[in-house]
Amino acid sequence: MLRTRLQPLHPIAWWCWAGALAVSASRTTNPLLLGLIFAVVAWVVTTRRGSSPWALSFGALVRLGLFVIAIRVVVQVLFGNRVPGSTWFTLPSAPLPSWAAGVTIGGPVTAQEAIGAFCQGLQIAVILACFGAANSLASSFRLLRCVPAGLYEVAVAVTVAISFTPQVVLSIARVRDARRLRGRPTRGLRGWRGLAVPVLESALERSVALAASMDARGFGRRSTSPRRRQVTAATTLVGLVGLGVGLFEVLDSGSASGIGLAVVLVGGALVIGGLVAASHGSRSRYRPDRWLGAEWVVVAAGLAAVAGVVAAGSGDPNSLVQPLYPLALPPGPLLALGGILAAAVPSAIAPVPAPLRAKLQEAVA
Amino acid sequence: MITFDRVTVTYPGASAPALDNVNLAIEEGHLALVIGSTGSGKSTLLRCVNGLVPHFSGGRLNGSVTVDGRSTEQYRPRDLADAVGYVGQDPDASFVADTVEDELAYAMENLGVDPATMRRRVEDVLDTLNLHSLRQRAITTLSGGQRQRVAIGAAFTAAPRALVLDEPTSSLDPVSAEEVLASLARLVHDQGTTILVAEHRLERIVQFADIVVELGAAPGAVRSGTPAAIFATSELAPPVVRLARAAGWAPVPLSVRDARRRAPELRRRLEASTRPPTRTASGDLVARVKGLTAAYGPIPALAEVTVDFNEGEVIAVMGRNGAGKSTLLHHLVGLRRAQRGSVEVLGRSPAALGASEAIRLAGLVPQDPGSLLCAETVSAECRDGDRDGGLPEGTTRTVLDSIVSGISDDTHPKDLSEGQRLALALAIVLAPQPPLLLLDEPTRGLDYGAKERLSHQLRLLAARGHCVVVATHDVELVAEVADRVIVLADGEVITDGPARSVVCHSAGIASQVARILAPAEWLTVEEVAAALLARPQENMTSS
Repeated sequence: MLRTRLQPLHPIAWWCWAGALAVSASRTTNPLLLGLIFAVVAWVVTTRRGSSPWALSFGALVRLGLFVIAIRVVVQVLFGNRVPGSTWFTLPSAPLPSWAAGVTIGGPVTAQEAIGAFCQGLQIAVILACFGAANSLASSFRLLRCVPAGLYEVAVAVTVAISFTPQVVLSIARVRDARRLRGRPTRGLRGWRGLAVPVLESALERSVALAASMDARGFGRRSTSPRRRQVTAATTLVGLVGLGVGLFEVLDSGSASGIGLAVVLVGGALVIGGLVAASHGSRSRYRPDRWLGAEWVVVAAGLAAVAGVVAAGSGDPNSLVQPLYPLALPPGPLLALGGILAAAVPSAIAPVPAPLRAKLQEAVA
Repeated sequence: MITFDRVTVTYPGASAPALDNVNLAIEEGHLALVIGSTGSGKSTLLRCVNGLVPHFSGGRLNGSVTVDGRSTEQYRPRDLADAVGYVGQDPDASFVADTVEDELAYAMENLGVDPATMRRRVEDVLDTLNLHSLRQRAITTLSGGQRQRVAIGAAFTAAPRALVLDEPTSSLDPVSAEEVLASLARLVHDQGTTILVAEHRLERIVQFADIVVELGAAPGAVRSGTPAAIFATSELAPPVVRLARAAGWAPVPLSVRDARRRAPELRRRLEASTRPPTRTASGDLVARVKGLTAAYGPIPALAEVTVDFNEGEVIAVMGRNGAGKSTLLHHLVGLRRAQRGSVEVLGRSPAALGASEAIRLAGLVPQDPGSLLCAETVSAECRDGDRDGGLPEGTTRTVLDSIVSGISDDTHPKDLSEGQRLALALAIVLAPQPPLLLLDEPTRGLDYGAKERLSHQLRLLAARGHCVVVATHDVELVAEVADRVIVLADGEVITDGPARSVVCHSAGIASQVARILAPAEWLTVEEVAAALLARPQENMTSS
């Protein structure tokens, strides 16, 4: 089947790709590999994101990542457990009473602990960037549209919640403005007091207006019995949770444990059962996203990164960590580097979002 | 198409019915305009059509409402979604999806329309409402007029036979409003849709209406008829109709175009009369904005704006939605700090002052005056106002009484009418006697009576030496009160000049009277009426 001009890449493909890169990042503290993962993610985002406000979430999450790195390093330097190594500099230390034994403040700071903390912070930052990339390339709204019929109500609730968050921020700003206009303090504890009630009030008013609008547009008019809907939704949800927990178990331990695999299988069965039971509702879908060749390529590109990192790790576990004793430049395992580079393929394969294409054409013309 | 048979609606806890014994029949393919002062039950009437009253709102409905042969007694709003589309007052609160296309398809997805039909109807609506270029845009990035059209489209894709709209243009600038109304006219003419629409700004919509439904002040007083018949006597009338009455034209013209055919005769009668002198205030300088530049992130809001504000002036700030009007006001009142350039009120920068000092320099009544009010009763609100400003007890209440009389102490601010709520917010802002008074879009939701009282009040404040700045889309209000008009476009000052010449010579913001009598420079019905009265003899001979 051919891809139409306006059809963007399936959101689930983007989330799988970003998820695979996040998994790769979670398995290494090697700053070289982490840096390469970040570069690949950033490159794909800049070449393939659309123009919706959500496309900006990548930048926001990168900033959050930098903040995480800073916090991680500062906390380690100030209060961290002292590890042996070459002393970098010495902070004035404060003696703590005996009941706080184990906690130190200040003292000699070794290069090892600063660099180790930085690498751990970097790992979290790169995982956050992967999440930001998924959001930029395919907003949570688009992902939620792919939710199977059985979970439709849940998806609507989540969608509404996501779109309410910016509204609440706006309404907080409005209430603070109103307080200043009345000559009341807007900063400090006194400023925040008296904020909650008006903000909640406006959120409530919006909810009622939204409910009226949804009701007037036929929401909740379907022929399946509510009882059946509840059962199928519950089954699917329990299955999904099982699937998630099981996957976490499998990924976390590194070795596929029997219990983890069993939970994954049972969860998967429940999800499929729930979906099949709910699939004949009376709702229809407007232009559902289709899964074509490009989607497979994008997912495969993500999996290549995971495969490369895992393979490098099973060959030489030390190639995935920053060497601290002795301190040295990070190693560059070729398998892992190659796998991660392969994850950049979507920047050439994935369809260009329509608004971006229009902008490009304008620039050429 | 839509029939009301002896409909009485009583909300829970209300002592009097909101609608009393209403009979109404609207034929297929008509555009029916619902008019009435605030609180006369317009919204209730509209929400009855698709059953939101009483299924959603609660309360009792006696009698019966039928639409397309279906009674709202048996059908819930969701079951009527394919018969009636409903667009509420605030389109922003009605969106479910994040992009235009998904929002348009939402109702059809709920109805289970098959994908091929869905695709075709979305394309149709994109074309009809001129949304084609916006199809994949996120709704939050659209302008007010575009969002309103998306809301209309979202209600219309399910192919309802009737469409109900509650004040669709109240927050739009004149040009966007015209686009929205032209879209509605197209739905009526091309697709035979029946439309029921409530609107305060009659001057915008009267020419499109096939019938007018007037809700009187008493709950039961409803009459409907052709626009000509209703406006021959109605108290609520757009300026064109009031001008016709003053000039003694019969039958009354309803559009500027009709009126212009009779204008030459009126212009002759007015030729010898002297227009009221252009108001020019030359009071002391109150505030000065110099080289002000502001931006929201990467989006520029104001660019090198330089304006003086003088004592005793009423200044209107106009411009499209998003032109920077509110941003300018926010800087003048100190809600935002100038990034570049300076803002000074009586030589001091309001943003650098504490809140309690800033309110003595400049006061702002925001777009939603209700957001200033947070107490349980009017008297508590007034007491808080005195305390916030460090004023002697009773000051705010005295100011309130001077603006509007008869608001009782223990009313909840939410139960006040739009006009009363605006008056209360104005009283709170005025109590510390700020020399600079700013109002952001004050006529939204006001009927003609409340608007007239507001104009009177603003002139009075200017006469007392306040500098009054009004950011508004309402050209009729500008014609009535403004001495000076500042037009902003994309954050730049396009025009800054005397109201009469600006209003008479710019097509987008001319008042109805100015358009009818152009090239003669008359602004309001009152001016013309006064000039005609001053020459009674000639009047008689000509009529």
